[in-house]
Amino acid sequence: MTLLNQKVFDIEAAVAAIPEGATVMVGGFGSPGTPFALIDALLASGQSGLTLIKNDANEPGIGIGKLIEAGRVKRLVTSHLGLNRTAIEAMNAGRLEVSFHPQGLLAEKIRCAGAGHGGFLTDIGQGTEIAEGRREVEVDGRPWGIEPALHADVALVHAERADRYGNLIYRATASNFNPLMAMAAEQVIAQAYRLDAPGELPIDAIHTPCAFVSRVVQVDRATSEQGVRPHGL
Amino acid sequence: MASDTQRILARAAREVIPGQIVNLGIGLPTRLFHYLPDEMEVLVHSENGVLGCRPRREGEAPDHDMIDSGGAYITTRPGASVFDSATSFAMIRRSRVDLTFMGAFEVDAAGNLANWKIPGKFSPGIGGAMELAQKVRRLVVLCSHNDKHGNPKILARCRLPLTASGCVSRIITDKAVMDVTPTGLAVVEIAEGLDPADLQAATEAPLHIDESRLGRF
Repeated sequence: MTLLNQKVFDIEAAVAAIPEGATVMVGGFGSPGTPFALIDALLASGQSGLTLIKNDANEPGIGIGKLIEAGRVKRLVTSHLGLNRTAIEAMNAGRLEVSFHPQGLLAEKIRCAGAGHGGFLTDIGQGTEIAEGRREVEVDGRPWGIEPALHADVALVHAERADRYGNLIYRATASNFNPLMAMAAEQVIAQAYRLDAPGELPIDAIHTPCAFVSRVVQVDRATSEQGVRPHGL
Repeated sequence: MASDTQRILARAAREVIPGQIVNLGIGLPTRLFHYLPDEMEVLVHSENGVLGCRPRREGEAPDHDMIDSGGAYITTRPGASVFDSATSFAMIRRSRVDLTFMGAFEVDAAGNLANWKIPGKFSPGIGGAMELAQKVRRLVVLCSHNDKHGNPKILARCRLPLTASGCVSRIITDKAVMDVTPTGLAVVEIAEGLDPADLQAATEAPLHIDESRLGRF
């Protein structure tokens, strides 16, 4: 049980309890929503043998790219590595085990864990290699593939604003996988640019209610990492 | 003179109907963004969680929290919304996206599409392509008619692992506009100055060509 009034941590303490070999969800689609500061703290903290669950592998030298390059990641569950050639090289050289899922199925598997379900039924990928070996069940006269929920020990998420109870608000396309992961893991560690007192966030603008969140860390805005790759106009 | 790519994009822009919700796949289709006039009431969906993207204008400062699925910094137009990945893919799976444009390694006479994996050579993962291909109401493929070695990309039957089967409605290349029909590919338009026999020679799939009704582009 995490008590409401005991959630604010400094960043080193927030990640220190993540065990060796943990399964860790990491928010973000590309740079927006990636909890860069928490990832850096995890790198400094030294845990290895990690299984990461993230939409993508960021880019070489930033975000989870750093954890992969440092050899801390045993396995990555993801939808696409296209922007990270060093992750592709690690995969091709056998240093990184990668499980690919179609992006929407990855999101839904995480959402299911967050909703307390065991999985869901889908027709996505039927007739393609994605569905090979997938169990099927017939419902209403149609075959459906069974997709189990995807759980994790820890989720690292990024929010624009939080309060010290752990209520979270995301901004623009930095939302992506964050609200799903913030419900799905046993321990949810959130970083936010702004940390307010309870009552200061507009109650009807809160995306993740504090009940799901274990720890909150305030971080500085705009690490230099968002500017590493010159994104197109 | 316009390049092949510009001709494909200019022709593709004519597929978009005002009022539609449209997704632009990564690569060539992303560039279609710049062919949709500001005043056209179209909402561009990007699967990372935004409906109503528009390109950033020259000199407009980037918002680091606002990208499209290709990683470009974008902005939004009036009527836009942002949401999480589960909502974004619910929109796709429920066929609330009217039209999507995608690139192709191979596309075939039955409307099968292969655009995510070349075994042993290229396998960065499928991203959102499978769900988009399978569920968006209308899928238009934009690609070069032949690969850089001159081999046909419009095949009788795809050989690479499929993204989705029977998902393609129309194919626009530098050489032709082709519709997928129950009896195979029907050529709707052919490139200015190209002989129908030469088009067929550059294509592995058998083409239905009715010269009396053939448009030029």
